Amino acid sequence: MSKQPAAVVGIGQTHHRAKRVDVSMAGLCREAIDRALADASMTFDDIDAIVVGKAPDLFEGVMMPELYLAEALGAAGKPLLRVHTAGSVGGSTAIVAASLVQSGVHKRVLTVAFEKQSESNAMWALSVPVPFIMPVHAGAGGYFAPHVRSYIRRSGAPTHIGAMVAAKDRQNALKNPYAHLHNKDTTVETVLASQMLWDPIRYDETCPSSDGACALVIADADTAASIDNPAWIHATAMRSEPTTAAERDQVNPQAGRDAAAYLWKQAGITDPRAEIDAVEMYVPFSWFEPMWLENLGFAGEGEGWRLTESGVTAMDGDLPVNCSGGVLSSNPIGASGMLRFAEAALQVRGQAGAHQVDGVRRALGHAYGGGSQFFAMWVVGAEPPAL
Amino acid sequence: MSTSQARTLSAPVSVNFDYTRSVGPTLAAFFTGLRQGRLVAGRLSDGGVVLPPPEFDPTTHDPVTEFVEVGPTGTVQSWTWVPEPVAGQPFDRPFAFALVLVDGTTAPFLHAVDVPYDELSVGMRVQVRWAEERVGAITDITCFEPATVPSDAGGGSPAQPAAAVPEVVAAHAAQLDGPLITPVNLDYTYAASPEESAFFRGLQEGRILGQRCPTCGKVYVPPRGACPVDGVPTTDEVELAGTGTVTTFCIVNVPFLGQKITPPYVSAYVLLDGADIAFLHLILGVEASEVRMGMRVEAVWRPRDEWGTTVENISHFAPTGEPDADYESYKVHL
Amino acid sequence: MVGFAQRQMAEFDGSPTMVELLVPLFAELYEQTGFTRKDIGFWCSGSSDYLAGRSFSFVSAVDAIGALPPVAESHVEMDAAWALYEAWVKIQTGEIDTALVYGFGKSSAGVLRRTLALQLDPYTMTPLWPDTVSLAGLQARLGIEAGLWDEATMAAVAQRSLTDAQDNPHAVRRGGSSVEELLARPMYADPLRKHDCAPVTDGASALVLAADDRARESCERPAWIGGIAHNVDPLHLGARELTSSPSSRRAGDAAGLDGIEIAELHAPFTHQELVLRESFGLRADVRISPSGGALAGNPMFTAGLNRIGEAASRIHSGEATRVMGHATSGPLLQQNLVCVMDGATK
Repeated sequence: MSKQPAAVVGIGQTHHRAKRVDVSMAGLCREAIDRALADASMTFDDIDAIVVGKAPDLFEGVMMPELYLAEALGAAGKPLLRVHTAGSVGGSTAIVAASLVQSGVHKRVLTVAFEKQSESNAMWALSVPVPFIMPVHAGAGGYFAPHVRSYIRRSGAPTHIGAMVAAKDRQNALKNPYAHLHNKDTTVETVLASQMLWDPIRYDETCPSSDGACALVIADADTAASIDNPAWIHATAMRSEPTTAAERDQVNPQAGRDAAAYLWKQAGITDPRAEIDAVEMYVPFSWFEPMWLENLGFAGEGEGWRLTESGVTAMDGDLPVNCSGGVLSSNPIGASGMLRFAEAALQVRGQAGAHQVDGVRRALGHAYGGGSQFFAMWVVGAEPPAL
Repeated sequence: MSTSQARTLSAPVSVNFDYTRSVGPTLAAFFTGLRQGRLVAGRLSDGGVVLPPPEFDPTTHDPVTEFVEVGPTGTVQSWTWVPEPVAGQPFDRPFAFALVLVDGTTAPFLHAVDVPYDELSVGMRVQVRWAEERVGAITDITCFEPATVPSDAGGGSPAQPAAAVPEVVAAHAAQLDGPLITPVNLDYTYAASPEESAFFRGLQEGRILGQRCPTCGKVYVPPRGACPVDGVPTTDEVELAGTGTVTTFCIVNVPFLGQKITPPYVSAYVLLDGADIAFLHLILGVEASEVRMGMRVEAVWRPRDEWGTTVENISHFAPTGEPDADYESYKVHL
Repeated sequence: MVGFAQRQMAEFDGSPTMVELLVPLFAELYEQTGFTRKDIGFWCSGSSDYLAGRSFSFVSAVDAIGALPPVAESHVEMDAAWALYEAWVKIQTGEIDTALVYGFGKSSAGVLRRTLALQLDPYTMTPLWPDTVSLAGLQARLGIEAGLWDEATMAAVAQRSLTDAQDNPHAVRRGGSSVEELLARPMYADPLRKHDCAPVTDGASALVLAADDRARESCERPAWIGGIAHNVDPLHLGARELTSSPSSRRAGDAAGLDGIEIAELHAPFTHQELVLRESFGLRADVRISPSGGALAGNPMFTAGLNRIGEAASRIHSGEATRVMGHATSGPLLQQNLVCVMDGATK
């Protein structure tokens, strides 16, 4: 048995905002889904199965919301799956949807990931007190800041690298009409001048909290062949490791390295820096750009920050990272990973609009979650995958 | 908290949050109707009239935009007795939930019925009892009660097109003060694993007890139900000193909901001497800006009479004044 | 399906991550199959944050695997039967040839029937907190009024289930008496008596999937998956016929139920078994839930996987040659999965 080719043939996302008070959860999902179906020139009748992804149910206060959403998502009478793999869930969900086509089980699968963070407070939902334990952490920023400090110590990176990433992604977001943050005046200097929240992470180096959704239609080769520019799925990978373990590398986690190695092998890529034309990686705190550049093998250990510093990851660099503005500009948590996968697909389809990079043939979509322990990634290409 | 005889420690946890729901145009029509004391249903493409109106038509998948006013009377299609109500239900005494086919609709509506147990029956006629204060929520309907208004015995009157409904939708923005607030309050009993329980009980005696993985030999603190590398429980007890090294840390300057400590403060990974995994705690007794990777620290315990089975027995860690640990000695713990 | 292990109890006194239960379950599966952790190509689990009362409750469960070096792993916020489906799909891609699927749920951590009200429409239903038992009562009376079943047929389901459960060491409720005796017991949530409702149960279970030769080398009589499919109905009462289960029918049709000898049905309430039997069109000679079914123990988020594991074990034992396991999820049988297994490859 071998994998059937699969491709992204429809992409939709919402306008991401701090509070989408104009829509319900169903309305939010449908905004992305309707755009994806229209992009694919399909209706719900063409869809065989639906895969939903979302981060913790405590965010919206609904247990398994896909159940009540079944009708609104056009899932009634069809197979419906709900994936939850922490922050990587948007990516994992797309991979599960792809596997439904790659296995030959279905021909056309709709997948949607969403978060309506304005329904609650993410920091609360992530920090429900545990008896006997002292609440020391202060949300995700408090969790990741010590590891960023470790990265800076290990790599010797200068302190302005994080600010460079933040300024780049916020400027990129100005070219993305769907992005949550459109802060025209963000520069390295303004980022450095912003409040230090979780030292060494500054306010402008953190992601916003957004309402938003992303949807994809993934289809088999016959369907994909009938449209102009499908984004062919060349490789997918998921790897997990424990949150904490003796001597676990929390800066450059092995699960990420293993997933990347497996991904490049499947995609037939031997030199990712040269062979990947655009990258959408999950960077919720700016310093994760250089950290993931190393983890993914685009740079040697301790060298990732040099790519950022020299402009390689800028939109006009030779390895553009997060031309969409990334998680730093829009963060509907459950959807953030799928947005990375979707933006990579937009790049290879030539449909990224003002943030399109010229001539993208292969792009990486990347997501991570938990304590840098769950990784999901895919490579999409303008050509069908080699058999 | 349970007694020390129990295999594990347990304690109550409450998960409480008032969720802020934005409802979109279809549900806004329904909720605005409730606030005005009217039942606003949706008319579907197949001719069905459904209360509450679904946001999207089940057949065409388009948004439901045609509304009709229905009720306020209806017929009980099914009922169930609720002998032991749970928190948040319409009544805190035994009552009935029912499926009511509201006059003018084609599908049942779920709500409470305030009728004595032995007077309940399928087919009985009921009417809405409105709450005195209405806010635009499903609880604006207190319940259904036996109908006092006579109506057609044959199943109600046909649905009347709700001519005023466009105004209803417009009125939503003007009249509702804000989004729907739905409190979710849940009570749980949290239990620690046996390994963690041993650790917390040790703390009550002023001891920091780690355990060694029988396979890899690493010392975990707190001990683990499964060594995350080998998937077997940690076993042999290892008592650890209260001294250790700061591997890495964060200075928290941000206030957040539920925070117990006033910022700025330092949360740090402390690698206790003899342990193979760092332990997260606070560093106090030194300016936040003075805390360094490699700093040697020791546990500062609260007064003995305040001890319980909790990590909070250790108030914080404070510098020992020893020279900093060599980076090589802790770099594999980052 | 080459291995299956389960634990269930009325009340588990350990952590909601259930790592302490998963560790021995995995060890039991390694023993059954001869596989080690390194032989497993993919891990997939099912659980619920709201059942545990905290976000990311599934994360610690990864520790039970011993996940360094890292593993290929995924999680569904569903009964683990759907994790099994995800793993089966992954095997169909050819990427892997073994998978370990697990699920766990500590139902007793909160007030289960109340917590599950969070599965309803958050705007128009959950604020009334309609509990699971009440919803089932409404469904049961609809069927009684329509003449589809009555209290005696419901009691007969309980009687058979509790009698069969006597032979199931994992059952948390067992011991049949007679339909007459059951009917003489007091009403609880009229029209339901307590024996019409599955007991609140904590538990975990795990099973191993293997393809082709990997299956033959690890199990004397593998239960070959001949068909697996799932489907969902709308949740809203205005869009649902509550006395039948269209999604079950569709899943059963897609999986192919011809020639089934044993059906392990996931029916948390007696009348729901009657709904399922009718929807699947099971012949009178099909043996229903010889384990005692969900009425003998219903650990949330793994009870569906248990039905599939129990069915598979009838193949492993040589007792049957074609069986089905069924799982349900969501209010009132909203979502259903069917897994058909054969004793021989086709």
